[in-house]
Amino acid sequence: MIVPPRVRALLIAGAAALFLVVFSGDRFWLQFLGKTMITCIFAMSLDLLVGFAGLVSLAHAAFFGLAAYLLAGLSNHYGLVSPLATLPLCLAGVGLAALLIGWLSLRASGVYFIMVTLAFTQMLYYFFNDAPGFGGSDGLYVNDRPRLGPIDFGERTVAYLAIWIALVATYLLLLRVVRGPFGRVLIGIRGNEQRMRSLGYPTGRYKLAAFVLAGGLAGLAGYLDATLYGFVNPAHFGWRVSGLLLMTVLLGGKGTLHGPVLGALLLGFLEHYGEQVTTHWNAIVGAFVIAVVLFLPRGLAGLLRGARG
Amino acid sequence: MSAHSLSRRTLLGAAAASLIARPGFSAAKAKLRIGLLLPYSGTYAALGNNITDAMKLAAREHKGVLGGREVEWIAVDDESDPAKAPANVNKLIAGEKVDILTGPVHSGVAMAMMQIVRQEKVLTIVTNAGAQAVTGTLCAPHVFRTSFSNWQTSYPCADVMLKAGHKKALLMFWNYSFGQESMAAFKEGYLKGGGSIVKEIAVPFPSTEFQANLSEIAALKPDAVFVFFAGAGAAKFVKDYEGAGLREKVPLYGSGFLTEGVLAAQGAAAEGVKTVLHYADGLDNAANKKFRDAFQKATGRSADVYAVAGYDTVNLLAHALDKVKGDTSAQKELISALESARIESPRGPFRFSKAHNPVQNVYLREVKGGKEVVLGVAMKDAEDPAAGCAMGK
Amino acid sequence: MTLSLFALQLLNGVEYGLLLFLVASGLTLIFGVLGVLNFAHGSFYMLGAYLAYFIAGRTGSLLVAVLVGVPLMAVLGLLVERLAIARLYARDHLSQVLLTYGLVLLFNELQRALFGNDVHGVAAPQALAFRIPLGEQAWPAYRVFTALFCLAVAAAMRQVILRTRFGMRVRAGASNPEMVEALGIDVRRLFSSVFAAGAALAALAGMLAAPLTTVYPGMGESVLVLSFVVVVIGGIGSIKGAFLGALLVGLSDTFGKVLLPGFASAMVYAVMAAVLVFRPRGLLGQQA
Repeated sequence: MIVPPRVRALLIAGAAALFLVVFSGDRFWLQFLGKTMITCIFAMSLDLLVGFAGLVSLAHAAFFGLAAYLLAGLSNHYGLVSPLATLPLCLAGVGLAALLIGWLSLRASGVYFIMVTLAFTQMLYYFFNDAPGFGGSDGLYVNDRPRLGPIDFGERTVAYLAIWIALVATYLLLLRVVRGPFGRVLIGIRGNEQRMRSLGYPTGRYKLAAFVLAGGLAGLAGYLDATLYGFVNPAHFGWRVSGLLLMTVLLGGKGTLHGPVLGALLLGFLEHYGEQVTTHWNAIVGAFVIAVVLFLPRGLAGLLRGARG
Repeated sequence: MSAHSLSRRTLLGAAAASLIARPGFSAAKAKLRIGLLLPYSGTYAALGNNITDAMKLAAREHKGVLGGREVEWIAVDDESDPAKAPANVNKLIAGEKVDILTGPVHSGVAMAMMQIVRQEKVLTIVTNAGAQAVTGTLCAPHVFRTSFSNWQTSYPCADVMLKAGHKKALLMFWNYSFGQESMAAFKEGYLKGGGSIVKEIAVPFPSTEFQANLSEIAALKPDAVFVFFAGAGAAKFVKDYEGAGLREKVPLYGSGFLTEGVLAAQGAAAEGVKTVLHYADGLDNAANKKFRDAFQKATGRSADVYAVAGYDTVNLLAHALDKVKGDTSAQKELISALESARIESPRGPFRFSKAHNPVQNVYLREVKGGKEVVLGVAMKDAEDPAAGCAMGK
Repeated sequence: MTLSLFALQLLNGVEYGLLLFLVASGLTLIFGVLGVLNFAHGSFYMLGAYLAYFIAGRTGSLLVAVLVGVPLMAVLGLLVERLAIARLYARDHLSQVLLTYGLVLLFNELQRALFGNDVHGVAAPQALAFRIPLGEQAWPAYRVFTALFCLAVAAAMRQVILRTRFGMRVRAGASNPEMVEALGIDVRRLFSSVFAAGAALAALAGMLAAPLTTVYPGMGESVLVLSFVVVVIGGIGSIKGAFLGALLVGLSDTFGKVLLPGFASAMVYAVMAAVLVFRPRGLLGQQA
């Protein structure tokens, strides 16, 4: 996947600008942009599935929420605070869940696949909402946020930095993946799975691997969210969150990695400022979405493609 | 439709204001920034609008000035979404740097808010969410609640039902924190008084398919039924209850939210339904009459229990801020001013408990001729037990 | 559970399922023929309900509301299809999903601007405001009426699909749109009419349900996911499948609430997942 030089420049400038925010110390912007960056990671992870593997999954919210709850559980029940312990454990837990859910869901295809993933996220939502001991609909606090020696990851600036590093790392990792042989197979599967299979590729396994990788990264986003806010809630699960994320990816331009980042940033700012203009700000977002769909076929990323069609 | 004009600030404006509002600078003259964390879209928007409009009404009655400072409203639509709550709270506290934070409607949002507020130590008035923890395990000196606790709107019904001779009750409720806490409170009183529970039916929230469970009730034949539902779901429940022929056979009781705001939609199906709540439209006192008239005139809508909380919030703040001459940085004095406040609210006499929850009468109401008629006081000066709160005990 | 209670719950489940069918039927039509994942389906349902509230409130008659409202909604569906959806047939399905999502946001705000945030009741027609006793239980006549009405609609749809030329084109369009076009049939006209019909069906469902569910903001959302579940269980594009799927959902939800209350909320999704394990294309969907 070629990243146009214009886009590359924009990404580097954006990353630098986001990094500089660390020095502002501004309580609001650190949190707001921190959350927006988390959404960028979340969106990119879904793009791997939607844009490159051609798998539209509505289960992504499940992995985000699962990681958040796992962190809460590890912190509250086992007193684990070091991210060296909690992060691998949370990612492993989410990975396992993604393996199971992916394996079950991938037995279906097309729209049916989408619906099975939906079913799983809904079931998880009800589980965390209904089962006693998980905080119910009010949610849970993460009593002790991740700490490594003197570094408190719950502290605003540190959390922001950690999220920034995670965002850059995720982008570079995914870029590597989609450019490499694995990514190329995925793109081949997205285009014509039959042909890939006839060429001898175990497409099922590739799809499952993509599902697990994407799920794991979604879990990373959830982990960071629980670290930033110290609060987990069943509202993280459910089809609305997954649906909104899908919209973000499509809006930004799927299959580009930087598109979803753009989508997440734009939607975040649109919501924030739109709210100050009118209580009917949802209508602004709705009109914006429709305009993008009708006039920007490749999403926002299409704006950056310039002359290269 | 609500015609409230919201005064918003761009972030640049907020930055400028934050420079001005630093403590120590002549705070008495700077505008009083009151943050509203409420739903203005989605299912609970009606509540958010009523609370807001009542607050503005009260402020207008004080000529828009509290403690010598002009009031400025900063509202954020929390969409009743707990997942977005931390970001929204931060918008108000860190971004807009409000002096006082008020809201929310949804208890999940309240939990997110409490976590941040307890650290940031901003004066916070909870204007609706009834979660026990707010004035219980999470209580804090700078947090007050002017609405109710879930306990207060259910516990008194136990006594009412026992006195009416209903010894075997069936419970039905939405299975989320509000419903669960309501039932726990009811059971506490009911079992203590010698009643027994025939069955507890927990309906997944927010499902409104009640038919299956209503058939169960008809078969089990309890003495009476105590339920928790609210909003559109409550409207449907009461209609379904009547449709299943249960209204005449098995007396229906509930926490007041069963009929609040949805009485018109329920129509004749609600006749005879008895509920307990710390307010009723028909309360016969001077403050209520004045309030209801003013609210109707200002908004074209009828006031309700949610509006009352907003109204009282601003009146209490007016009283307390006057005592400290508008200096919101004098938090200790502000807190003790609130703690000692006693006002005549439209709901009756109002004061705060040691845990900063309202101490208020809970009324027994019955729907007669399409109106909520107050039968009497179900529990006088009901005070939430504030389990887990260490303040002033 | 006694036998009579069992029978009653059976009736409850069937009645619920029939209403679900009416709601989902429009969705499976649009889904099956146009291949469009219509997120705005819930919005059409909601708009129908609000129209019922508005018109019935002014004329005092739900019947008038239906007679006026359904054609109105069909026209709206037509407009939406022509102005927005049609531009996307050349693009992939996901663009259509995104567009309908934008529409949902717009329709929600439209509803709020026009009708406000309160919960409104709609009276059932006077003629049906009585109760039918069933042993110790009773059923409101209006409920029974809507169940029978849904049954009638199902039968009518079957007739149209199987016996009319329009129905034939719909079936052909569902299985092979390219072929249909090659045969000289105006696919665009077909798509427009199917979308309009789907919107009208959703609105009709909303109108019928309004006296039962009351009318409130966001009422389309709860119906949306459930409709998708019904359509998927039944098999996309199959009306008969949607009918069976709706009954299955209605029954499993009803019995789930009574027999497995702790699991009831997830029941419907578990059923869908289970169906897809054995029949990956739904009960009556086209098998791969």
